[in-house]
Amino acid sequence: MTPTTWFKRHGLASWLVLACLLLVVFPLLFDNFRLNLVGKYLSYGFVAIGLVMLWGYGGVLSLGQGVFFGLGGYCMAMFLKLEASDPITTKIQSTPGIPDFMDWNQLTALPAWWVPFEYLPFALLAVVLVPAILAFVIGYAMFKRRVGGVYFAIITQAVTLILTVLIIGQQGYTGGVNGITDLKTLNGWDIRTDSAKVILYFVNAGLLLAAILVCGWIQRSKLGTLLLAMRDKEDRVRFSGYDVSMFKVFVFCLSAMLAGIGGALFTLQVGFMSPSLVGIVPSIEMVIFAAVGGRMSLIGAVYGALLVNAGKTYFSESFPELWLYLMAALFIGVVLAFPNGLAGLYETYVKPRIGKRKSTVAAAPVDAPAQHPAPTTLDALPPGLTVKNAERGQGELA
Amino acid sequence: MSNTDFVLAIEDLSVSFDGFKAIDTLTLYLDRGELRVIIGPNGAGKTTLLDLICGKTRATGGSIKFKNEEMLGQAEHKIVRAGIGRKFQTPSIYENLPVFKNLEVSFPRGRGVFGALAFKCTDDVSSRVQEVATEIGLADKLDMEAGLLSHGEKQWLEIGMLLMQDPELLMLDEPIAGMSARERDLTAELLKRICQNRSVIVIEHDMEFVKRIAHKVTVMHQGKILAEGSMEQVQKDERVIDVYLGH
Amino acid sequence: MSMTDIFNITMMQGFAGLSLFSVLLLMGLGLAIIFGQMGVINMAHGEFMTIGAYTIYLASTLTERYAPSFMEEYFPFAILLAFVFAFIAGWIAEWALIRHLYKRPLDTLLATWGLSLAMQQTFRSVFGAREVSPTLPEWLLGSWSPAEGLDIPINGLFVMMVTLLVTGFVLLALYRSSWGLKVRATVANRAMANAVGINTKRTDRLTFAIGCGIAGIAGAAFTTIGSTGPTSGSLYIVDAFLVVTFGGAASLLGTVASAFGIAQTQSIAEFFISGSMAKVLTLLLIVIILMIRPQGLFASKIRR
Repeated sequence: MTPTTWFKRHGLASWLVLACLLLVVFPLLFDNFRLNLVGKYLSYGFVAIGLVMLWGYGGVLSLGQGVFFGLGGYCMAMFLKLEASDPITTKIQSTPGIPDFMDWNQLTALPAWWVPFEYLPFALLAVVLVPAILAFVIGYAMFKRRVGGVYFAIITQAVTLILTVLIIGQQGYTGGVNGITDLKTLNGWDIRTDSAKVILYFVNAGLLLAAILVCGWIQRSKLGTLLLAMRDKEDRVRFSGYDVSMFKVFVFCLSAMLAGIGGALFTLQVGFMSPSLVGIVPSIEMVIFAAVGGRMSLIGAVYGALLVNAGKTYFSESFPELWLYLMAALFIGVVLAFPNGLAGLYETYVKPRIGKRKSTVAAAPVDAPAQHPAPTTLDALPPGLTVKNAERGQGELA
Repeated sequence: MSNTDFVLAIEDLSVSFDGFKAIDTLTLYLDRGELRVIIGPNGAGKTTLLDLICGKTRATGGSIKFKNEEMLGQAEHKIVRAGIGRKFQTPSIYENLPVFKNLEVSFPRGRGVFGALAFKCTDDVSSRVQEVATEIGLADKLDMEAGLLSHGEKQWLEIGMLLMQDPELLMLDEPIAGMSARERDLTAELLKRICQNRSVIVIEHDMEFVKRIAHKVTVMHQGKILAEGSMEQVQKDERVIDVYLGH
Repeated sequence: MSMTDIFNITMMQGFAGLSLFSVLLLMGLGLAIIFGQMGVINMAHGEFMTIGAYTIYLASTLTERYAPSFMEEYFPFAILLAFVFAFIAGWIAEWALIRHLYKRPLDTLLATWGLSLAMQQTFRSVFGAREVSPTLPEWLLGSWSPAEGLDIPINGLFVMMVTLLVTGFVLLALYRSSWGLKVRATVANRAMANAVGINTKRTDRLTFAIGCGIAGIAGAAFTTIGSTGPTSGSLYIVDAFLVVTFGGAASLLGTVASAFGIAQTQSIAEFFISGSMAKVLTLLLIVIILMIRPQGLFASKIRR
């Protein structure tokens, strides 16, 4: 294989364009305030690429990604809150040294399960592991019993509701409806300063680009092929000696870990975490990031997260009454009109022209997914067609 | 019966769906290297029998021993790993993937999650793919998307995917349905070749085809075995004639 | 505490459970038809309920202004109107959106979520962002005291009556009417239903619209116990889906049983722990049971 075909096949060009945009163009173009906003959107990019793996490749739609985003965010916030609540700054409280909301709720000591979050390594580990463990438990129970499709979506939504009600109900332990606020320093480093925000932006962008590479590698591995094969003919994969459920559990855990990392980076850049960011509505909005970008395209998903969030900020400030209609149009549009999102539009309209002019891909804003599995057949098939349905259809024919 | 020389020993196997007995205390033995054809009218329970052997349907009673090991109650992927391969009635292949990938994915290595992540298409894998592709006559179509193959070629590809696993027992559900006369001939040759070092169960309706390939024929009717023996014996059997022509 | 006190508390507690049961059942009924029978994930179900609620508000406002003498009687007619409006909206939604998406359940989920957002914004533009309450007739207010120290709220009783009526009507319609026969035939085997001359497309549209109409009645009945805002519907959606899924999607009796079970669990738990924790406990129980028994309580038996 020549280097150029390798380059094309692995979609590296589009990755470089994105890297260039995130690491050079945006920092030059935007002031600190805007860059911080972009950083916030990019933290949702983790959720979006997780959904590409889970929904696009795995064929499993989770309406509970907000849970994992929130768990990651809360794990980070707990560490930051404990650091911000040292006995000196909190000396006016009736119990100094514990987070302010605990004091307001008449708690007199730090709950035992909060204690390990005083240690940064533990908190960082928890950011990834807590979402992964929860995803494993849910995924293992559901996928082993072959629950998928709609039922899985409803169950994940119920889990989202449970977590939100729990967080809001247990004010003394979680900060309740206000969330965990007033986060100041990370191991003594003030995260509220402009310079810290710029650094965090680059950390976020770097990690996101790395995560895309990892996910791309998984897509190109045998596991990625198997996921595509499972979406097509789940029984054939099962009767080729594979434990199909464990592969689904794996992508579910992967998407949960990515969402957790995104949540932690969100907390660091925005300075708080609250239940309004993890509920049912935000969880479904996260699906639209991936859908707008293209549910099969990692890089498209990042653009999707950026565009939808930027749109949300712009419209809800300038034309609030239009925003919900626009969101509605997006949801209906990605289903009826452009099922492969921006990446699909790029594949059909932009790429052929570029080919004619013999210029490079670098000019295009959105790239095709890494190793797109035959766009023609994908366009022909209704993308939401689940394996279960396909089987049922066959059964009727047979 | 305890240990036997049979590769597959099915005893008193039963399954019922809401009172309807699809398989009724069925007993069947299969020798090593044997090619057995199961025939019978629609609804006789042929496909259900294969479903039971490969674990797709759970039995209500009886036992299925493969190489003297109980298979009932095992997970599907474990039954496959024990050495039982199953081809479905309608060609079940990964239409979006090229032929090469279809075969490569079926190679029995890297079957766990992390094994699959670490899997590399090494020389032994690609030479095995070449070998099987030559066997099934698709060696020059390795790069073609599987969905574009003809119906017969899809059937062969699925057989090839099973051959990649080198199973000791191969079960084929109507492998020549919808094939042209020439494709049938080629398939008959293929089946004769591949049963040389493994046992094969074939479900088939086409009597001409059955005559050409079968070592032994089992006739099923209403979830039970009606007759068993060579093709000539079975064709003379009164009850078999009754079932096929009686109504 | 005397014996009568304990009796009264038990009675009122039991009534609270029954009241919640009828609310859950009324929410779930429309969805049991749309999701259970047709397999369509209608995330805008709550918004169809809201249509019903706003219909009542509209009717009460108009009656108050133009026919104040009619105030005591308008409510039953307004409920019928709520059914009609939600029915029409459902009919349109099926024609414009849902019919393109049969057999694509996950896509239906996303599209109907979009529909729900658009409906919420429409409510907000037309009725304002504030929550509103209709002026209820006198006979719906206050409480009924059959014994000393025992207070049964009349609006709760009213919701219960409506639930009873609607449930009976739906059961009757599904198992005794020709529409019901067509729906069940289409559910069992669409191709065959088509072949024997059932217009399955028409059946689908009618079924969807009836499900939405029932949601409208539910929303209308709920105006007696709470106020209505543009996003009220979204509060119901998860509960409604859980009631239907937990009961076993295709079984209407399952929906009744699961609404009863969920309501009793929650209201008994509320007696011992805080409301939010009772909710968490109930939801957790449902999720765990659904993980163990994904087909729900009353699965329909199908040969697979």
